[in-house]
Amino acid sequence: MKTDDLIRALAADAGHRTLPQGRTFMIAGGAAIVLAAVVFAITLGPRPDALQSLDSLRYLFKFAVMIALAGSAFALLRAGARPEGGASGLLLWLALAPLLLLAGVLLELFAVPSADWARQMIGTNSRVCLTFIPLIGIGPLAVFLLALRHGAPTRLARAGALAGLLAGALAGAFYAAHCPDDSPLFVAVWYSLAIAGLSGLGALLAPWIARW
Amino acid sequence: MSGRDEGELADLLRAGLAGDERAYARFLHRAAGLVRTYVRRRITHGGVDAEDVVQETLLALHLKRHTWMADAPVLPWMFAIARFKLIDAFRRRGRRIEVDLDEVAETLAQPEEDQASARDVTRALDTLAPGQKAVVSAISVEGHSIAQTAQALGMNETAVRVALHRGLAALARRFGRT
Repeated sequence: MKTDDLIRALAADAGHRTLPQGRTFMIAGGAAIVLAAVVFAITLGPRPDALQSLDSLRYLFKFAVMIALAGSAFALLRAGARPEGGASGLLLWLALAPLLLLAGVLLELFAVPSADWARQMIGTNSRVCLTFIPLIGIGPLAVFLLALRHGAPTRLARAGALAGLLAGALAGAFYAAHCPDDSPLFVAVWYSLAIAGLSGLGALLAPWIARW
Repeated sequence: MSGRDEGELADLLRAGLAGDERAYARFLHRAAGLVRTYVRRRITHGGVDAEDVVQETLLALHLKRHTWMADAPVLPWMFAIARFKLIDAFRRRGRRIEVDLDEVAETLAQPEEDQASARDVTRALDTLAPGQKAVVSAISVEGHSIAQTAQALGMNETAVRVALHRGLAALARRFGRT
């Protein structure tokens, strides 16, 4: 087949409509949130004082970190799904959540006597955290990998890692409403571990799933 | 020159995305020329056929055209796809050379004959389901319209369009892997 022949066939297919990139990610984001919410509601549900705790800074801080991470990962993922890749300016945004977490950890170290540091860090719920953040996040990860497949990422492993980061942050935001451990020390260790696991999984899977 | 290319290509692609087949064909012809130059400059030694990469890039430009943002420049988008497909071709070729050096030596020794039938895209076309293959061949190689193809194959036009699109998607998936 000559190149001119191929172009004839491609032009004849011009009428075929595909979902625009922007809308793909709006739908994926919505589906991922719903999926995470359903799994969270079925398996864990919020803790009894989930609403009363809203005046606790430590409790709110967990959501702030997760939402900051999810927001920056979403912006980067959407850019990374295009062949030109993400604008490097966006990469700085990804530092927002870690910096926020670092600030929280430092404040906590001042606020809590050093004898209590280890107890706050280990908490009471680390195993539940390491189990349920990946469990809640796996569905959203699948959704974002499929959205990448619809797009045209040229750095597949990196895009997959971002998809895992986003899925993990969403899962972490839901899980935070269940977990009784509110110390930033706990969040810095266990949430980070669980989210890093999902991110690694995304980086491994994307070259297979999102290949084009 | 690049600035003129950019503006004209953007206009043609925009019209193509709105369903204008002739503008879209002109976009693809212009893109093929630019990608050919880009690819030929970067293939300095044998093993990878430039025209194979051009064709694979065109297929990808088509199937991923929704990843172009109407307010973003066309050329960086287009060359990013060309670069990705070129690297892919090098990678595949590298693997193949590792596997069977003899076959490569043999093909190098043979004279170039019918280029079009030796293309990756032709090999991929041969692996399509019979219905898809018939439709894609009729429209590409034989140059028939959708209506003519429908009549010749006894299908309705919608079925022809569906088979064409699925056939092209399958071609892209199997490109260089047959």
